[in-house]
Amino acid sequence: MTLPATVDQARLVKPERERTLWSDALRRFSRNWLAMAGLIVVAIFIFMAVFAPILAPTAYDYSVLNDALQFPSARHWLGTDAVGHDFLSSMIYGARTSLLVAFSVQLMAFGIGVPLGALAGLRGGKVDFVIMRLVEVMTAFPGVLFAIFILSILGGGLTNVILAIGVTSWIEVCRLTRAQLISLREREFVVASRACGATDLYIVLRHLLPMALPTLVIMLALGIPMAIFAEAGLSFLGLGINDPLPSWGKMVGDSSGYIRVYWYLGVYPTLAIALAMLGFNFVGDGLRDALDPTMLNG
Amino acid sequence: MGRYVAGRFAGLVFALVLVSIITFLLMHAVPGGPFDELKQPLPPAAKANVLRKYGLDRPIWEQYALYMWRVLHLDFGIPFQSPTETVTELIARVWPATLQLAALTILLSYSLGILLGIVSALHQNSWIDYVVTTLATLGFAVPNFIIGIWLILVFSIALHWLPTGGWGEPRNIIMPLLAYSLAPMALVARYTRVNVLESLRQDYVRTARAKGLGQQAIVWRHVLKNALIPLITVLGPQIPNLATGSIFIETTFRIPGLGRYFVTSTFNRDYPMIMATMLLVAVLWGVTYFISDILYTVVDPRVRLAGRNNR
Repeated sequence: MTLPATVDQARLVKPERERTLWSDALRRFSRNWLAMAGLIVVAIFIFMAVFAPILAPTAYDYSVLNDALQFPSARHWLGTDAVGHDFLSSMIYGARTSLLVAFSVQLMAFGIGVPLGALAGLRGGKVDFVIMRLVEVMTAFPGVLFAIFILSILGGGLTNVILAIGVTSWIEVCRLTRAQLISLREREFVVASRACGATDLYIVLRHLLPMALPTLVIMLALGIPMAIFAEAGLSFLGLGINDPLPSWGKMVGDSSGYIRVYWYLGVYPTLAIALAMLGFNFVGDGLRDALDPTMLNG
Repeated sequence: MGRYVAGRFAGLVFALVLVSIITFLLMHAVPGGPFDELKQPLPPAAKANVLRKYGLDRPIWEQYALYMWRVLHLDFGIPFQSPTETVTELIARVWPATLQLAALTILLSYSLGILLGIVSALHQNSWIDYVVTTLATLGFAVPNFIIGIWLILVFSIALHWLPTGGWGEPRNIIMPLLAYSLAPMALVARYTRVNVLESLRQDYVRTARAKGLGQQAIVWRHVLKNALIPLITVLGPQIPNLATGSIFIETTFRIPGLGRYFVTSTFNRDYPMIMATMLLVAVLWGVTYFISDILYTVVDPRVRLAGRNNR
């Protein structure tokens, strides 16, 4: 019975390691099994996306018409589609397309949203007014319809899909960055830093953005599944990614005429989209719980 | 209050005008139109005639002014994809299918969502709470057209119970309704659960308990009233979303609704139809936000009007 007590004492005596917000968050995150499961799924998809050329049995644009519509077999583990693509290869390259779009959209969202939000939040006044009106107008555009509309003008393809999704995705980032900076800009350390002659840019980069980072990280993690969903949806409608680049959404859309017999054409891509969405959402929720314990119940 | 409402209204009108201008400009900024030589080779005279008929030979600002003037008289022009009727007639023909689906979805998802949210909150950490939370996560994360395909695979192809798509018979609506309802239901259940849990911890609930009130009376009289008010701001904006946003579901189940026609009009560059749909949705959005904000200040006097202005 004495053993646990000594262990406890030993822990008390041991000098405590430095605890930061991030190390605490890491501990909380690693104890959240749902988030860890999500992280594993996400890691698998990222692995598939990065090493697609090595993992995939054939190139994504390689097809043999004679082998079209074959059920899963030893030669084609997931079967072949209507024009004879190896379905496993399409699925693996589909992960690449999906993640490429998702990360590019985030790059665009943060590239536009953070500077605009920081400018509005820090400067206030007229700059703030103009930026916020811009945000308001962009909000009035119906989200998915607007992306469809943009694609109908530009035509499909990887770059245009990223543009169409990205053009509305920066709004939330901008709004959030601004709100964060407004709540921080009158704090003592900012005022002190300004009194020392620091420029706005220095204050934002050195003090304000690091403080706003947890919120932005959560935003990033939850923005990725939104972009995956948007790309899958647009490609499903036939407005998104163009052939020969594989996309899970397009594979779902293309399968609709065949699933009555070739059910596997509908099963695999839908499962992949659902798993990716769940994985990224779990990671995002886990990050939110880990970084912002006040919102635990949300 | 009057000033607040007027200010919000001015903002709404301003946003709508900008939406219409941006949509109009974007649509005309790119080369290629419905009367492209490639798609429909016409003799020059005939082409000029067609362009004049639709007013496409005028300067762009004139086209816009003329268009908006007609829109204010509810004349959205003639859809290129179906020139025997007006856009208004086309929308009147195809929107009911979407609205029908949306109305049933709202009914099902909100009633079931609120019910599940309350039950799972009252039995926090029980099996029913876990089932509801899992369902809510699934419905929230998995896109509705994916769920639609799964339903087709199971109930149409494996079990032969329901048709894969189509419209008109009651059995046609079952799967689209289920697939479409899951996400809003998840959202409603999630919010209801959190709000009820929060209300349960409030002082007035403890007071009611101290008075000796039974669980039923507390839940009905004290908890629900306070827990459900914040839902207005969540549920309100969902309505225009649902009334116009079933594009994926309509495509999956081959429902001849507004969403499906919007997609076909983008394939055909059907300017009048695209403009009308975009404006319709923007108006619905704006008006719903406007109403739900004002409704919120009416039902919850704690909300300070001034504070909401700077959002």
